[in-house]
Amino acid sequence: MSTETLEQPIVKKEKSEGLMSKRRRKFISDPLNDDNPITVQVLGICSALAITLKMEPTMVMSIAVLFVIVFSNLIISVFRNLIPNRVRIIVQLAIIATLVTLVNEVLKAYYYDMYKVLSVYVGLIITNCIIMGRLEAFAMGNKAWDSILDGFGSGFGYAWIILAVAFFRELFGFGSLFGFEVFEAIGISNFPNNGLMVTPIGAFMILGIIIWIQRTKTGYVEH
Amino acid sequence: MELLSLGVRSIFVENMVFAYFLGMCSYLAVSKKVSTAVGLGFAVIFVLTITVPANWLIKEFVLKEGALSWLGAGYADVDLSFLQFIMFIAIIAAMVQLVEMIIEKVSPALYGSLGIFLPLIAVNCAILGSSLFMVQKDLNLVESTVYGFSSGIGWFLAIIALAAIRERLKYSNVPDGLKGLGITMLITGLMGLAFQSFIGIAI
Repeated sequence: MSTETLEQPIVKKEKSEGLMSKRRRKFISDPLNDDNPITVQVLGICSALAITLKMEPTMVMSIAVLFVIVFSNLIISVFRNLIPNRVRIIVQLAIIATLVTLVNEVLKAYYYDMYKVLSVYVGLIITNCIIMGRLEAFAMGNKAWDSILDGFGSGFGYAWIILAVAFFRELFGFGSLFGFEVFEAIGISNFPNNGLMVTPIGAFMILGIIIWIQRTKTGYVEH
Repeated sequence: MELLSLGVRSIFVENMVFAYFLGMCSYLAVSKKVSTAVGLGFAVIFVLTITVPANWLIKEFVLKEGALSWLGAGYADVDLSFLQFIMFIAIIAAMVQLVEMIIEKVSPALYGSLGIFLPLIAVNCAILGSSLFMVQKDLNLVESTVYGFSSGIGWFLAIIALAAIRERLKYSNVPDGLKGLGITMLITGLMGLAFQSFIGIAI
């Protein structure tokens, strides 16, 4: 960690910089752990909890958010010098809403069951603060390729946390993973399902505990 | 009676925070002090009561299939419902801006206490979420006004309760990794457990 930050100023800004230089790899690796959008920055909690009842919708949600965040980062960063500062929030919202509409229509057309399960939460990607936060904090001031990498970083950081929550909720709430009966398969036929995991309370508890473990490992303390 | 039942249900049983996880970002970020939580809570009630009926009008007269027939027979089979998200978020952003300007003119004192929260509300998922649920539940104008108002009350109650608990929490000894967000999540879980007892209440 510390050596990397020391090297930061030496990194050459010339065009010889590789597509995946050390500075750029950090855009992807940082949000995964040290600077995670959910557990450290406290953004995008709503959708993180609402759709984590089972693995499959969670997977779809992660992909949808990844798509929206990468493309909105790209679009905003390409047009960043053309957007007047005073109306930037509206412009950002319009771009995000257009991308989310796209996701919504694709889901409705090709994956109708999943569309029913996710219901309003697809629309609520618009107000997912991770996306607005990355546009404000990163894409408005950085080049296109960097912004794409940053989008992937935050998207994956978001994805692994919600997949972890969904893993525990589906495993203990239904005894299955992706609909596959895990406990039946290993010979425990009468595994008691934990009803608490199916209710919203399970989500709060699991996320609280994941945050606890993760912050204990990274040593981050909130005051 | 129907309306009363809808109101009670959306305050307690289908609470925005505990049942649908809506508005969590500001719920977690602005619940450190009771006084600021009260300010944000009132602002949310206010904006929800206005935007849900406003979005109902937009849905009914612009977006729904055949909604544009008041323009003439040629528009009778236009279906704009795919524009729902973009229209709703635009209406919410515009309404918030409008409310902010009106409050600033009419009551500077209220603006002083609510003003800083209003821009935050445009991206609060509870606001957009209520409008989307309004479409899903297929409410009429009066019902959607009641729904918006009582959802706001439910959110208000939740954030006030959490802020009060967090003020007391300062005096307790929480493990380092659990400080802040972690313990707040666990508390919200326990509060949700208490709200679960309202399930099944019908008036």
